[in-house]
Amino acid sequence: MIGIINYGHGNIGSIENALSKINSKYSVVTNPENLLSYSHLILPGVGSFSKCMDVIQRQGWEKHIKASVSQGKYILGICLGMQLLFDNGEEDGSSKGLGLINGNVKKIIPGKDEALPHVGWNNIINVKENHNLFDNISKNADYYFDHSYECIPLKTNVILSETNYGINNKFVSIVSDRNIYGIQFHPEKSPPNGLFLLKNFINIK
Amino acid sequence: MLKKRIIPVLLLRDGKMVKGKKFRNYRDTGSPESAVDVYSSQEADELVFLNISQNKNYFIEFKNIIKKASKKCLMPMTVGGNIKNLEDVREMLMIGADKIIITSEIVDNFSLINEVAYNFGSQCMIVGIDYSYDKSSNKYFVWKNLFQNKTKYELFEYVDIIKKHSFGELFLNSVDRDGMMGGYDIDVIKKIKSSINVPIIACGGAGNFQHIEDLFKKTQISAAACSSIFHFGDNNPIRARTHLRNKGILMRNLK
Repeated sequence: MIGIINYGHGNIGSIENALSKINSKYSVVTNPENLLSYSHLILPGVGSFSKCMDVIQRQGWEKHIKASVSQGKYILGICLGMQLLFDNGEEDGSSKGLGLINGNVKKIIPGKDEALPHVGWNNIINVKENHNLFDNISKNADYYFDHSYECIPLKTNVILSETNYGINNKFVSIVSDRNIYGIQFHPEKSPPNGLFLLKNFINIK
Repeated sequence: MLKKRIIPVLLLRDGKMVKGKKFRNYRDTGSPESAVDVYSSQEADELVFLNISQNKNYFIEFKNIIKKASKKCLMPMTVGGNIKNLEDVREMLMIGADKIIITSEIVDNFSLINEVAYNFGSQCMIVGIDYSYDKSSNKYFVWKNLFQNKTKYELFEYVDIIKKHSFGELFLNSVDRDGMMGGYDIDVIKKIKSSINVPIIACGGAGNFQHIEDLFKKTQISAAACSSIFHFGDNNPIRARTHLRNKGILMRNLK
């Protein structure tokens, strides 16, 4: 069973619609103490890093998210939700994240003729081969992105894919470290392949 | 690589989908529900819904249309028109909008831009500008309330003011080209692109695929908003995408 973590700052409705389309059973979780009853968690996020972390801590989510993860439950952070999995974010100054994946979140420096935010449809490159998350995924598919910050993991072996943008011409678009997953784009807004990604995450056991 | 976007715009007025010329003489263009179905099956890159009702009571019905659309289609949805404060924004996001366009309400209240960005993220805040050429002064001016009130702001000065605020995209709407199907306002778009670093959605003027091609080849902007071109005639986003891809423009791959 999938639990969508509802701390008041996510596009919960879009994620529900996407999970319904792929016939997945889910619940929207509003009480942190109930997290342990789910095998897979989805951490959405829309807004600013510091504001979301503040709410996650105040409402008591942090402890329960960490307890679930240490018990081997799977968690998927989407967009800002992915960024919150890391140690630190530099949005509105510097604030601590959940620290589930080592690394920081920094503002993208746009390249020549590029704008910020990075918004629209883009594809993934340097995709990790033979990973279950990419079962039945088309290689050239585009996904919907809308963000100004990028995750910079400490260890490169957690990177599952990258995407072309910014002054370095790429940033990390999907990560996985043990049972922890993060996707920078919006799979729930990117049918059909984004839905396949969600399905594959749910099927990881 | 980031692809160029084609974004159908749905104007909603008192329960009907309409399209006019230069913000006047609106014609009925069918039911919004069936338009959502069609654009959803054609996998439009995004959809923009603008509420242009003068009737304030219509807001509830407008919200019902958005609610239904968000259940049906998974594509990113942007909503605008008559959004005055944070509560309106919160409500629209709750019922399924991903991004909000605010146009008239910003003119006298620039702080609303930062408030929305702070509370919901700058990616969610799209600044709308309706502008028109003024012959006597040979300048472009910003208008509000659906081209009813001319503001004191000259277009390029206005862009310089709003760019000090935090927002995700700029929705640039040429009143003079609205519904005329004679091509986008390339020179003005170019000039604004050179002065601001957020993604720009150009609106007003698309009459054929060549116009969209010109926009993407002559400017560096991200997105083409389209309305008449899809309402009147048998053009659709799939054909537009295919045409542009054949002309060497990077368009979204679905598979």
